[in-house]
Amino acid sequence: MASSAAAAFYRDREDAAPPSSGPGGGGAMAAYDPSYVPDSVKTFVSHLYRHIRDRNVYETHQMYEGGFTRLSDRHFRDTPWPPAEAVAAHCDGDHVFLLLYRELWFRHAHARVQGLTPAQRAESWDNYCSLFSVVLQGVVNMQLPNQWLWDMVDEFVYQFQSFCQYRAKLKNKTHEEIALLKQYDQAWSVYGVLNYLKALVEKSMIGEILEREKVGLEQFTATDGYDYEGGSNVLKMLGYYSMIGLLRVHCLLGDYHTGLKCLAPIDISQQGVYTTVIGSHISTIYHYGFASLMMRRYIDGIREFNKILLYILKCKQYHQNSPQYDQLLKKNEQMYALLAICLSLCPQDKLIDENVGTQLKEKYGDKMTKMHRYDDEAYAIYDELFSYACPKFITASPPVLREPYTNYNQDAYRLQLKLFLYEVKQQQLLSGIRSYLKLYSTITIGKLAKYMDVDEVTLRTILMTYKHKMHSIDSDGKVISSADFDFYIDEDIIHVVESNLTKNHGDYFLRQILKFEEMITQLDKVQFD
Amino acid sequence: MASEQAAESYTVEELVAVNPYNPDILNDLEGFVNDQVSNQTYNLDANLSLLRLYQFEPERLSVQIVSRILIKALMAMPGPDFSLCLFLIPEHVQMEEQFKTLIVLSHYLETARFRQFWDEASKNRNILDVVPGFEQAIQSYAIHVLSLTYQKVPRPVLAEAINIEGLALDKFLEHHIANSGWVIEKGARSQLIVLPRNEFNHPELKKNTGETVPFEHVTRIFPVLS
Repeated sequence: MASSAAAAFYRDREDAAPPSSGPGGGGAMAAYDPSYVPDSVKTFVSHLYRHIRDRNVYETHQMYEGGFTRLSDRHFRDTPWPPAEAVAAHCDGDHVFLLLYRELWFRHAHARVQGLTPAQRAESWDNYCSLFSVVLQGVVNMQLPNQWLWDMVDEFVYQFQSFCQYRAKLKNKTHEEIALLKQYDQAWSVYGVLNYLKALVEKSMIGEILEREKVGLEQFTATDGYDYEGGSNVLKMLGYYSMIGLLRVHCLLGDYHTGLKCLAPIDISQQGVYTTVIGSHISTIYHYGFASLMMRRYIDGIREFNKILLYILKCKQYHQNSPQYDQLLKKNEQMYALLAICLSLCPQDKLIDENVGTQLKEKYGDKMTKMHRYDDEAYAIYDELFSYACPKFITASPPVLREPYTNYNQDAYRLQLKLFLYEVKQQQLLSGIRSYLKLYSTITIGKLAKYMDVDEVTLRTILMTYKHKMHSIDSDGKVISSADFDFYIDEDIIHVVESNLTKNHGDYFLRQILKFEEMITQLDKVQFD
Repeated sequence: MASEQAAESYTVEELVAVNPYNPDILNDLEGFVNDQVSNQTYNLDANLSLLRLYQFEPERLSVQIVSRILIKALMAMPGPDFSLCLFLIPEHVQMEEQFKTLIVLSHYLETARFRQFWDEASKNRNILDVVPGFEQAIQSYAIHVLSLTYQKVPRPVLAEAINIEGLALDKFLEHHIANSGWVIEKGARSQLIVLPRNEFNHPELKKNTGETVPFEHVTRIFPVLS
């Protein structure tokens, strides 16, 4: 279920190949005829077309995940699939099917073909526009596998990001490439990308559907968004996944607040449709956790990273044969790095599952010890982990195509890194406070100031900083404490309180009661001969 | 032209909700920032939408408007609004003198160095006085941090944090005794102000409220119990 062409998402940091090995390159390809269609591809196209027409989600899924990858490996390792025109005869020239075919074509080309030209990137953009326009008109009656629909949204955002990176590296572009960039300046405009995603969310009424589901008026999660009454899941699911797509785009732009707002209709405190496709699950939590980190909601980040890392730990063996296994592991590693950052700023080991904790210690134990010291080496590690694990930030405004050409593809990343390290610096004295708080139940300001080698006035500011940084404001404006060691000051005396984050035992028991009740009912039904 | 006409029939909040990714609303959003300044209101979502549009249209960025957004964001402390705005402002813009000043001010507030903050603020009246209510907003933030930290705060510590002294402070205290439940006590070295109890300066309060199960959740097991 989880293999798939979800490549796009994971590819994140391996960006588009350098254009040097470009279109003209390679005499070895002399014999290569781009519009030659092998028989196996003809069969693939006609079968896929038939399964989609028959609304056979299972078979469609098989072909999409298995067949497409197998044929790509066999015939098109680093060359594109035959153009849509060449296969049109095998699908009755069906307009919508050919749009889907082209979507696959460009996705495969982005993943495997070196040196895409601006023209090709622009054509892919046009194809998404046509495809989404058809879907938005509400005339599509297909049922497509959720995996495919997720990959579509994911790839759409990926190609946008990849295009932004590509056009920001102006320094070594040829005159020809610059001319093409000018010619296709409308492709992948940030307004277009955001408005398509937004339109899909709105037109699909997914927000309303999820609201109605809460009060039992509609089924969505129970059927994984599929429609078993003759309707189509395409618009609905594209709308659903577009909320995650919007979260990602906003994170790429550095707008974490708006990103989380876009995700809000999905309740990530429990399983849902977003968890059924692993790429979607990981993308959701990765971006949610990252945005939480940047908004200083460390507890939210820690909680969700812990949950998904535990899940990956348990399920990754089932994905071992997937072509995207490496990328799954990579996102996994990045999330451990983000978790290490969160826990260094906000030590809440109690929230971490034992297995995840062991992994974390193995991977980042040494680094985390150093991060607590807040010396230059510690900053270097914060820098390293952040740079390794952050999303691939973009500058969304079109390039200024005037000499001298410079690269600005790192600008957005550098800004986010700088601001993050600024935050770390503001918290540098807090780990010192923390280690003393662990030792005392009460201590006077004067005494602690002496131990910490600061004057009393400074100590009071450090203590207040601790309070300020360890309390975040949630989306409803409520103050939430994330301190592991808390204290209060009565005139000149600090009273320390070890704060236990409350675990909800009540809810746990309620759930278990219901579960047992269900089991008992099941057992009652069992008849013995 | 068409968009301007359309804009008239919508409030800016509606425009942000309906059409946030549209450069045509940029002027409306700028006007809205000025409205927030003069009416002493605040709308983070609208301001972030404007900063986002500046990201997409860097040549339309107005330093004056950005400065107002940032001051408003400082006033929203303890919220992370100021950082949220900075994340969207290109680095070379942040190098402008007045933004550097605001970033320093934010740093002092984030690290609770109120003395330095008020000193620096007094040197930059020309930037800050544009936005009414600035001082009061920062004072509320200072009081927020103090009430997270102290059960009883010495008078000089309070005075420094809110930058009020002497008779003015007496008056300020009187007001809060009458309206916010503050109490004055005699301390060893100075007057002490007893701040209202909350779960952060009286952590034991939190334990009582920790384990609550909403009624709706309990109703789920009613069928089992009957």
